[in-house]
Amino acid sequence: MYSEKVVELFMNPKNVGRIEDADGVGTVGNPVCGDVMKIYLKVENGRIVDVKFETFGCAAAIATSSMVTEMVKGKTLEEALKVSNKDVAQALGGLPPHKLHCSLLAEEGIKAAIEDYLSKSKADRAGVDNKKESEVTV
Amino acid sequence: MNRSVYLDHSATTPVDCRVLEAMIPYFSQDFGNPNSLHAWGRKARQAVDEARDKVAGLINADPAEIIFTGGGSEADNLAIKGAAFALKGKGRHVITSATEHHAVLHTCEWLGKEGFEATVLPVDGEGFVKIDELERAIRPDTVLVTIHFANNEIGTVQPIDEIGALCRARGVLFHTDAVQAAGHIPIDTKTLPIDLMTMAAHKMYGPKGVGALYVRKGVKIEPLIHGGGQERGLRSGTENTAGMVGFGEAAALAMERLQKGEVDNERRLRDRLIDGVLERIDDVLLTGHRTKRLPFHASFCFRYIEGESLLLRLDALGIGASSGSACTSGSLEPSHVLLAIGLPHEVAHGSLRLSLGKDTSDEDIDYVLENLPKVVESLRAMSPYGKKEVARHV
Repeated sequence: MYSEKVVELFMNPKNVGRIEDADGVGTVGNPVCGDVMKIYLKVENGRIVDVKFETFGCAAAIATSSMVTEMVKGKTLEEALKVSNKDVAQALGGLPPHKLHCSLLAEEGIKAAIEDYLSKSKADRAGVDNKKESEVTV
Repeated sequence: MNRSVYLDHSATTPVDCRVLEAMIPYFSQDFGNPNSLHAWGRKARQAVDEARDKVAGLINADPAEIIFTGGGSEADNLAIKGAAFALKGKGRHVITSATEHHAVLHTCEWLGKEGFEATVLPVDGEGFVKIDELERAIRPDTVLVTIHFANNEIGTVQPIDEIGALCRARGVLFHTDAVQAAGHIPIDTKTLPIDLMTMAAHKMYGPKGVGALYVRKGVKIEPLIHGGGQERGLRSGTENTAGMVGFGEAAALAMERLQKGEVDNERRLRDRLIDGVLERIDDVLLTGHRTKRLPFHASFCFRYIEGESLLLRLDALGIGASSGSACTSGSLEPSHVLLAIGLPHEVAHGSLRLSLGKDTSDEDIDYVLENLPKVVESLRAMSPYGKKEVARHV
């Protein structure tokens, strides 16, 4: 049913855990459906320097979480956003048809974490700009 | 070194070597067609008759009340469709329960397309059908009630005597799918008010692909398979002689085990397993009734993790189990049984069934109790849920 790669990553997943001071966090899925992925990112100079995951789900969900974190580590945000669910499934040597949604969650999880990072940094920039502006006016 | 501990006997049991030995001659040595008049045929016929005697003996029935089928699902279909069509002049309403096997539920659904109406009774949190609800559901046009003897996923054993007595009092036929129970719980058709009962050989150390339907004398059902008129015209087709011989032997051995009280040992091991799991693991729920359950059956839901992951991690340790998680079925819905007993989806996803067998040992249970908590802990450590409740050890 599962490729050797899926089984290997399910049994020995990489990048498991959380980053306490993460720059971006994305949670996708729903416990009612049985699959939830939470992705944590650490970003420096527009590049993902660390990434971890926590997953509630089946073997495919855990393996895709592990694989996608490996695939985006070291990439720029732009490059990471281009990683698709097909890339993840392919890197795993394929997934059973009814498990393809796990690879989609992996893609969406990374995107959600990057979006969270971008929205936070935008807010931070806005804060800095506002501060500068207020300093000027005062 | 990993042990090999098979705890999925509810799915199927290994064929007992004595059963296999009894079957072997009927493949290529005593291969006659039981319907042939010559010596080869007569020998096969005698073997089928003896097998029927043994299956009947297991449930204290008369041999003429046993119809061999191609398995439990076929027997369920024969009972339900057969009774419904035989009685359609009297009424077109059947009653079942929400936790039945799909062989029963889907057959009742199918009857719905054929002009019948099916009422599906809810169950309580332990999986029991409520007798008062059954009583209210029975109508003047009800012809059949089909409620399983014991559930395959949560192990709950229904109050069959009460259900059957109610059906009898109301003049309604009562069928029970006893695939999980037969051979493991004493069943006496002379004292229990059952009209039709399904059994399967492979759940009691017999071969797969052989089942039986008990049809109480005087109960009329329509056949599903027409042809040469075998099995009193209720199941045409050349008899699976070797399979039937295997079923007969398995039934005789099951009877012996019941008489010797060997099931008590399985019950003791089951209780050790249940107590051990509940003691050693937090946030776990025993599904089904604590004691009114199959003697070999333990089933749980572990919060914050998913059943398929649990299953595969246990498999890597040599432990064979099963789960009603959605991920094991290819569906997005967890088991209908777990939902019917009121579990939320996210809890039902974390289900695990451990069903013991006659050869399960204390050492096997020790091995599971040693390893299951570690597996649960490691999966919980990578789950985004339940952080306060569980330690992190990855």
